[in-house]
Amino acid sequence: MIKKLLSFTKGYKKATILAPITMIGEVLAEVMIPFLIQYMSKGMEEGSVETVVTVGAIMIALAFFALFCGIMSARYACYASTGFAKNLRRALFSKVQDLSFKNTDKFTTASLVTRLTTDVNNTQMAFMMCIRMMVRAPLMLICATTLAFIQNAELAVIFVVAIPILAVCLGFIMSKAHPKFKIMLKKFDYLNRTVQENLIGARVVKSFVREDFEEDKFKEASEAVRQTQVKAERIIICQMPIVQMVMYATTVAVILLGGNVVLSGNLAIAELSSFLSYGTQILMSLTFLSMAVMMFTIAGASIGRIGEVFNEVPDIRDDEADANLVPKDGEIVFKNVNFNYAGKKEKFVLKNFNLTIPSGSTVGVIGGTGSAKTTFVQLIPRLYDATEGEVLVGGRNVKDYKLKNLRENVAMVLQKNVLFSGTIRDNLKWGNKDATDEQIIEAAKSAAAHDFIMSFPDGYDSWIEQGGVNVSGGQKQRLCIARALLSNPKVLILDDSTSAVDTATDAMIRKGFKEHISDSTVIIIAQRINSVKDADFIVVLDEGEIKGVGTHEELMNTNDIYREVYDSQQRGDE
Amino acid sequence: MARMRNVPHNMPLTPRNNKKTIGRLLKYLGKSKGKLVLVFITLIISSLAGIAGTLMVSNLINTIQVSVENQSALGSDFYTQLFTMIGIYLAGIACTYTYQRTMVSISTGTLKRLRDDMFVKMQSLPIRYFDTHTNGELMSRFTNDTDVMREMISNSLPQLITAFITVVGALIAMIFSSWMLTIIIVVMIIIMLFIVKKFGGKSSKYFIANQRSVGKVNGYIEEYIEGQKVVKVFCHEEETKDGFDILNEELRENACKANTFANMMMPIMGNISYITYAVIAMVGIAIYILSGGALLSIGTIVMFLMLTRMVSNPIGTSSQQMNTILMGLAGAERIFEVLDEEGEKDEGYVTLVNANIDEDGNITESAVRTGKWAWKHPHHDGTLTYTELKGDVRFVDVTFGYDENKTVLKNVSLYAKPGQKIAFVGSTGAGKTTITNLINRFYDVPDGKIRYDGININKIKKADLRRSLAMVLQDTHLFTGTVMENIRYGKLDATDEECIEAAKLANAHFFISHLPDGYDTMLTADGANLSQGQRQLLSIARAAVANPPVLILDEATSSIDTRTEALIEKGMDKLMENKTVFVIAHRLSTVRNSNAIMVLEKGEIIERGDHQSLLDIGPEGKYYQLYNGLFELS
Repeated sequence: MIKKLLSFTKGYKKATILAPITMIGEVLAEVMIPFLIQYMSKGMEEGSVETVVTVGAIMIALAFFALFCGIMSARYACYASTGFAKNLRRALFSKVQDLSFKNTDKFTTASLVTRLTTDVNNTQMAFMMCIRMMVRAPLMLICATTLAFIQNAELAVIFVVAIPILAVCLGFIMSKAHPKFKIMLKKFDYLNRTVQENLIGARVVKSFVREDFEEDKFKEASEAVRQTQVKAERIIICQMPIVQMVMYATTVAVILLGGNVVLSGNLAIAELSSFLSYGTQILMSLTFLSMAVMMFTIAGASIGRIGEVFNEVPDIRDDEADANLVPKDGEIVFKNVNFNYAGKKEKFVLKNFNLTIPSGSTVGVIGGTGSAKTTFVQLIPRLYDATEGEVLVGGRNVKDYKLKNLRENVAMVLQKNVLFSGTIRDNLKWGNKDATDEQIIEAAKSAAAHDFIMSFPDGYDSWIEQGGVNVSGGQKQRLCIARALLSNPKVLILDDSTSAVDTATDAMIRKGFKEHISDSTVIIIAQRINSVKDADFIVVLDEGEIKGVGTHEELMNTNDIYREVYDSQQRGDE
Repeated sequence: MARMRNVPHNMPLTPRNNKKTIGRLLKYLGKSKGKLVLVFITLIISSLAGIAGTLMVSNLINTIQVSVENQSALGSDFYTQLFTMIGIYLAGIACTYTYQRTMVSISTGTLKRLRDDMFVKMQSLPIRYFDTHTNGELMSRFTNDTDVMREMISNSLPQLITAFITVVGALIAMIFSSWMLTIIIVVMIIIMLFIVKKFGGKSSKYFIANQRSVGKVNGYIEEYIEGQKVVKVFCHEEETKDGFDILNEELRENACKANTFANMMMPIMGNISYITYAVIAMVGIAIYILSGGALLSIGTIVMFLMLTRMVSNPIGTSSQQMNTILMGLAGAERIFEVLDEEGEKDEGYVTLVNANIDEDGNITESAVRTGKWAWKHPHHDGTLTYTELKGDVRFVDVTFGYDENKTVLKNVSLYAKPGQKIAFVGSTGAGKTTITNLINRFYDVPDGKIRYDGININKIKKADLRRSLAMVLQDTHLFTGTVMENIRYGKLDATDEECIEAAKLANAHFFISHLPDGYDTMLTADGANLSQGQRQLLSIARAAVANPPVLILDEATSSIDTRTEALIEKGMDKLMENKTVFVIAHRLSTVRNSNAIMVLEKGEIIERGDHQSLLDIGPEGKYYQLYNGLFELS
C-alpha cells in the first residue's frame, strides 16, 4: 500500500523531495540560533561589542535563511500534497468506474462517496504531515537535545528526563481519548440518521402527528452526543495543561540547576536563555509529534478503506475479448444458467434457466416481486456474470465481446434510473454522443417525451437538476427510454420502466418501439399485463424459475400464475 | 491548514451580517453566564501567568548574577523567588485546565441547545419548506455548520482572546523593563500584523475559491457514484473520468493556493520572531556591554528573548484562526436562518376528544378512550358544542396553487360521505396529490372551502385534524428501529397484538415472519433491506394500527405486484370498512369499486361518478378511454 501511495507523487516528485529537504534547512538554522548565544556571551565577558555584532549578524542571517527555507518548504509541501491528492482521487475514481455492479453492491454508494471525499482528504493531510511535520518535529527534537548536550551536559539531563515524561503523558491521553472519540462519532451517526429520516419522512411525521415523539427521540440522541463529546474532550483538553506543566517544570529546573552550574563557573549566565529556548523547541516538537500520531491513526483507517477499493478486483473483465467482435444480431440464448449474487454457497436466485429469444422479437416478462425478473435481464449486458451456464448474444457468449461493444448494442433502461445534471439534450446524448438534433427529436418522439420537453420554456436545452428532481417520475422514465433509444441498440431491455407512465402513454411508447427499432429485440419487464400482452411471447417467472413461455392466449389457457395475475388486474370488471 | 468542507453549492460561503450573527451567538452562549465569566477570568489568569513567570525568570537570573558577582552561594532570596515562580506557574496550569474544561461544557451545551432548537424548528416547518428545499441543505446545517461553529467557539475564540491578552500583557511588562528593546518588539509586531493583513485578505479569497471547488468535486462524485450503474450501462466511464479530471485539476490548483498561504504563515511568523530574537540578543548584549550593565540587566535580556517567542506564537496561530472564524460565522448565520423560518401556522381551536354518545345522540366528553371521538368546538360566547367525528369531507369550489401565479386545482367541489370510497384518477400532474395535501392541511386554502364533519378545517387544530386521518403514501418512509416499532408508529400505545393484527390485515405478517428476527428485525436506512413492495405493506400496517375514520391512500399499492395486491385486497377492504377513503391510483383495478371516481385533468374534475356510470358516458369519456386503453385487445 505504501508503495502504491508513493506512486501518486508522480508529476510532483521534485516537490515531494524538496519539501523535507528545505524543512531540514529551516530546522538546522532555527536550532543554531539559540546555540550561538554562547559565543555572544563570550563576547560579552570579553566586553567586545564587535564579537557580539558579528555573532548577531550570523544569527540574523540564519533566521533569514530559515525564513526562506520555511517558505519554500510550505510551498513545496502544498504543491506536492495537493498534487498527491489529485492523483489519488483520480486513481480511486477511475478504479470505481472500472468496478462491476457486483463490486459496487459490496461497498454501497454512500461508503464509496466517503472514501473518495473524506478518506482522500485524511490521506492528503497525513501525506502533508509526512513531508513536513514528521521531518520537522523529530529533527528539531534530536538537534536541540544534541546541542544542549554539547553546550552543557549537566543541564541537558533535564531534557532527558522531561522528554519521556511528556511523551508518556501525551501517549496516555491520546490512547484514552481515541476510543472515546470513536464512540462519539457513532452517536453522531445516529443523530444524523435521525435528522435524515425526519427530513425525508416529514410527511409521515406530520400526518401521524409525531412531532413531539420525534423531538424526544432527537433530544435523547443529541444528549447522548453531548455526553460522549464531553467525555472525549475532557480527556483531550488535559494535553495543554500537561504540556504547560512539563514546560514550566523544565524552566524551573533550568533556573535552579542552571543557577548552581553558573555559580560553579561552567556556564555563562546568558547561556541560560539558550536552554530556555531549547526547552520550548523540544517540548513543542513533542506536542506536534503527538498530534501527528493522532492524525496518523485517523488517516490509517482512511488509507485502509481506500486500499480496500484499490484491492478490489473487478470481477467482470474483457481483457481477452476480441476488440473487433460486435454482436451480429439481437438473438439471446440462456443455456442452463444458474445465478446468485453472493457466490456459490447460497441457493440460486435464477435456477436452471434455459431460454432462446430470436432476433427482432418482442418479449414480455411477468412475475411477482422477488421472482428475479431484473436479475435475469441484467445478465444480458453482462452487468453480472452467470454463476453457471452461459448467456449468448448474437450467437456468441457475452464474455467473448468487449464490454463496450456488447453494451453499446444491448441498451438497458434500469428500474432505478438516473438523469445527470445538464440539459435534456446532454442527457439524451448519453445514448449516442454524435446524435444530430433530428435523431434526438425522433428518439424523444418515440419515447413520448417530445411534447412535454417542448412544453418546457427552454425545450431540449432545459436544465435537469442533479438526480432529475425537477421532472416528474413519468417524465424521467420517458427521458431514460429516449436516451436508450438513441443508441439504436440491437437489444433493448426495459426493466419496469414505464411504471409511472399512464396506460395511454405506455401504449404510445410501445407503438414507438415498433416504428423506431423494428429490427431490435425488445424485452419488456412489466407489472401490467397489457404492457406485454401483444408481445411475440411472454415469459412467466416465479422464484427464479421459468414457469411458462407463450403468447398471451396460450398462457391464459395453460398457465395458472399468468391467469392469476391477469385476473387480479381485471377484478371488479363487469 | 485549510480544512475541506462541503457546503451545498447554492449556499453562501461567507457571512453577510456579522454583527447580528455574533449578537445572537452571544445570546446562546450567554445562557451559561456564570461559566462564561469563569472562562474569561481563568483565561486571563492563565495567559498572564505565562508572562508573570517570565518576569520571575528575569528576576531569578539577576539574582544569580548578583551571586556570581559576589562569589556567594544562592541565598534565600533566590529560593523565595523560585517558589513564587512555581506558585505562579501552578496557578496558570490550574487556570488553563479550568477554562478548557469549562469551555467544553459551554460549547457542547450550546451546540446541543442549537441542535435541539433547530430540530424542534424543523418539526414545526410547513411541508412547503421541505418541498422547496433539498434535504442536503438542511442536513448540512446539522453536520457541517454546527461543526464549524464548534471549532470557532471552542478553539478559535479562546485562542484569539489568549493572543490578545498575552500580547498586551507582554508589551506592558516590556515597557516597564526596557523601552529600547520594546521598540524592537513593537516593530516586529507591526510587521507581523502587516503580513497577516496582507496575506489574510488573499488567503480568504483563495480559501473561498477552494471551498467552491471542494463543493463541485464532491457534488460530482456523489452524482456519478449514485448513477454509476447508468454510467456502466452506457459505457460512459471514460467521459465520466474526463469530466472528473477537469474539476479535480481545478480543485488541486485552488487547494494549492489556499493551503500555501495558510501553511506559509507559520514559518513566516516563526522566523520573524527568530530574527527579532537575534536582533534583541545582539542589541541587548551590546547595550549591556556599552553601558556596563547600567541600562540593562542580563535577566531583562533573557526575559525579552523569552517574550519574543511568547508574543509571536499567538499572533501566528490567531492569523490562522481567521478563516475558521469566517467559516464559523457563515455556519452560524445559516443555522440562524433556519431558526428564523416561519413555522407552520395553526390558529385552529377545535380539538378532538374522546366521547360518550348516548342513545339520543347527546355527546359528552370522556377522559378515557371510548373508541368514539368528537370535535370539541368552543364558540365566541363561551359555549361549547360537540360534534361526532364521522369522516364527512367536503370541498366547496376549491381553487389552489403552490405558486400564486400557477393554479393547480380549479373549482374543485366534492362530497365524501362517511364510509364512502372516493377515487381520483388522472395523469401525473393533474392535481390528485394536491387534493390530499389540502385535506390534512399540509397546504392551506381560504376559510370555509374545505369542511370536515361540517367544521371549517382551518378552525381545527392541525394536530387533531391529522390524528383523525391516516395517510399511506407512494414513497414510503420507515424509521430506524424494529419492524414492530415501525408499525407502532401509527399508534404509540398499541400492544404487540394490535400491531401483529394490523400486519396481518395488510398481508405483511407473512413476509415479516420470514425475516431473520421476525417483528424484532431492525430496519436501517429507510428500510433498505426490504423491497419497495414490502415497505408499502408495512406502511399500510402502520396506518391500520392508527385506525382513524378517514384514510388517504396515495398510490399506496403501486409497488405491490397485482397478484399480491389481490391477496391484500380483503385486508384492505376490512381496513377501509366504515371509513371515508380517498384513493389515488394509476391502476384502474384499484379504484374500480369506489363509490365515486373523480377524473382529474389539469386541476379540474372533468368527470365524476361510479365505475359504471363513467363507462356509460361512452367513447368520448376520458375514463372510458383510459379504461379501454387498458383492454384494447380484449
